[in-house]
Amino acid sequence: MSAPIWIRGGRVIDPASGRDGVADVLLSDGVVAEVGSPPRPSAAETVEAAGLYVFPGFIDLHAHLREPGREDAETVASGLAAAAAGGFAAVCAMPNTNPVNDNGAITDYVASRARAAGAARLHPIGAITKGQRGEELAEFDEMKAAGAVAVSDDGMWLADGSMLRRALEHAGLVGLTVVQHAEDATLSGGAPMHEGAVSTRLGLRGQPAAAEAAAVARDVLVAELARGRLHVAHLSTARALGIVRSAKSKGIRVTCEVTPHHLTLTDGEVARTGYSTNAKMNPPLREASDVEALVAALAEGAIDAVATDHAPHHPDDKAVEFDRAPFGVVGLETAAAVVFDRLVRPGRLTLARFAEVFSAGPARCFGLPGGSLAAGAPADVTLFDPSAAWRVEPASFRSLSRNSPFAGWELTGRPAATIVGGRIVWRA
Amino acid sequence: MTKAGLRSKDLLGIEPLSPEEIALILDTAESMREIGRRPIKKVPALRGRMVANLFFEASTRTRFSFETAERWLSADSLNFAARGSSVEKGESLLDTARNLQAMSPDLIVIRHGSPGAPHFLARHLRAGVVNAGDGAHEHPTQALLDALTIRQRFGRIQGLRVLIVGDIAHSRVVRSNIWLLTKLGAKVVVCGPPTLLPPRIGEMGVEETTDFDAALPESEVVMMLRMQLERQGGALYPSVREYFRRYGLTAERLGRAHPDAIVMHPGPMNRGVEIASDVADSPRAVILDQVANGVAVRMAVLYLLLGGHPWEADA
Repeated sequence: MSAPIWIRGGRVIDPASGRDGVADVLLSDGVVAEVGSPPRPSAAETVEAAGLYVFPGFIDLHAHLREPGREDAETVASGLAAAAAGGFAAVCAMPNTNPVNDNGAITDYVASRARAAGAARLHPIGAITKGQRGEELAEFDEMKAAGAVAVSDDGMWLADGSMLRRALEHAGLVGLTVVQHAEDATLSGGAPMHEGAVSTRLGLRGQPAAAEAAAVARDVLVAELARGRLHVAHLSTARALGIVRSAKSKGIRVTCEVTPHHLTLTDGEVARTGYSTNAKMNPPLREASDVEALVAALAEGAIDAVATDHAPHHPDDKAVEFDRAPFGVVGLETAAAVVFDRLVRPGRLTLARFAEVFSAGPARCFGLPGGSLAAGAPADVTLFDPSAAWRVEPASFRSLSRNSPFAGWELTGRPAATIVGGRIVWRA
Repeated sequence: MTKAGLRSKDLLGIEPLSPEEIALILDTAESMREIGRRPIKKVPALRGRMVANLFFEASTRTRFSFETAERWLSADSLNFAARGSSVEKGESLLDTARNLQAMSPDLIVIRHGSPGAPHFLARHLRAGVVNAGDGAHEHPTQALLDALTIRQRFGRIQGLRVLIVGDIAHSRVVRSNIWLLTKLGAKVVVCGPPTLLPPRIGEMGVEETTDFDAALPESEVVMMLRMQLERQGGALYPSVREYFRRYGLTAERLGRAHPDAIVMHPGPMNRGVEIASDVADSPRAVILDQVANGVAVRMAVLYLLLGGHPWEADA
């Protein structure tokens, strides 16, 4: 058992317990012992936090760690090290590995790799259907017993309505959230970017916003029917957001997340960068009006969480023609800093909301432990230095991949240390 | 002739060019035409320079046109066609390009099915890159030769009404022409069925319509595009017959255009699909002028990008 940790003099921001003020935090026996002015135990390790923010440990609902199958792009260990360096104390890992995480043995394998890594926590997400083929439900109970916190066929929208209904009903029984990548592929055609004025100018096929909105509309109606718990992954359009808002107002149990890139970049990035494949992800970068709507919804609470959709790809796989490149960008090491610099510093997102969308918000979406600094909560803490100025240099990432759309960005504010289960797993 | 008036080492599209750069290329092309009329069609302007022609997509006239331009300017050419090459063995575009780079070409001419492939090469290579058509994005030398042809007929581009008809969505020729013609002050109208008009094309500064007959009056230039049936799988228009009824250029339809109207086509033509045979062969059609101008325009582009030395003295 590691020594207690006494975090001294930081500004503790914990929306879950309504706290915002300078306080000391004592972590002991893997949980939060006290926040306020606890006496320093003689054996405790002191962490000086004057000038720093002390947040509940950040939680990422959506990452691809590539193990098993593509350990050249990322491993559980490298992904969790990247997470810790980005201030994340916990990461939910999507099941689209090779083989797919669609049974308890794979779930257990991924979880055991995470324990060996000793960095951020890993919460596996199991597949909804075997092999993510959309044909046969996977065994939810068995995956849950091995640590799964949600189910998703991420990357593949479960298009069969009856199958989704059964998945929601079954997941309700087991106590899991169903996560959908909302994309009607018959409308999107798998196009490499957003459909709009920019795709027309660049001569690229586009995915219309309606491909996402149509999928979300169908999904929330089925969630209402099944009385299940639905989470919409990486929401990217104002249209789909409107449907989520309306579903929430009707009491349908739906939550949603947004990525840092959809909050800060538009489809114009594809043109500006001369078809850089680091501007290619799915859902694609949308339009300024979508970005505005997403930022506003995040600020006022209609969006529950920021999630990275961290999608590492080997540099060789991305160094190809735009329309042939795989979708996805890395995000674990930039997410909190980008959102802080671009939304919190200009006053578009309050500090309390920032804390919430990275901690309590995501914890609520999947019913995860953490997300709070209340006494007895897991001793997961993110220290954040709001005045550190730095430049995003993918070459220095802990991730094995470099495919960041934020390369070269000058940012102010970054995580200073990440504590998981009362142990410091990363320090700037 | 002044040396290199272009700002970039590459010609990736018309979009980044200024009207002055476009005019410079057209004026240079005008002076290049004279070389083609000489008994010995060769000047030493690019002697000792190597140009690699990379054609990842089938092309007849564009490839021949570039090769002819290279020969007349005395450049050395290296021809690379995707078929029979290491691309078929799974080599990436980047590796192919790096291998070529090792042979130190001064310029690479690329035709590729992926929009942005020339930009990708330009980022990774020291050599200059000329886009000879990238997917549905741009085909800058085609627009330049079209502009040269229009300018020869009307003496200007400014103020003309240019009607472009057909598969607008999948056409790189359209995009390059829109940039060029609007930069030089023409009014551009694009016309086709809704399934072949890309979303928000109007934001490129053109008028869009589905009504060919209504768009014809006052048009000084009618540019017909190849109906790319091979790309469509039947879903975008019911049949060729149906298409011709509404969008085929017949002599009767042409009668509604401006009395001096010219008919253009980037080729290859589908006679009876987008253009009636008698129209294609009429004096109004400048299609073969376009081909001849293609060589002159490509000579100008190669010359300006490679900063070739003046040739008059030793011709």
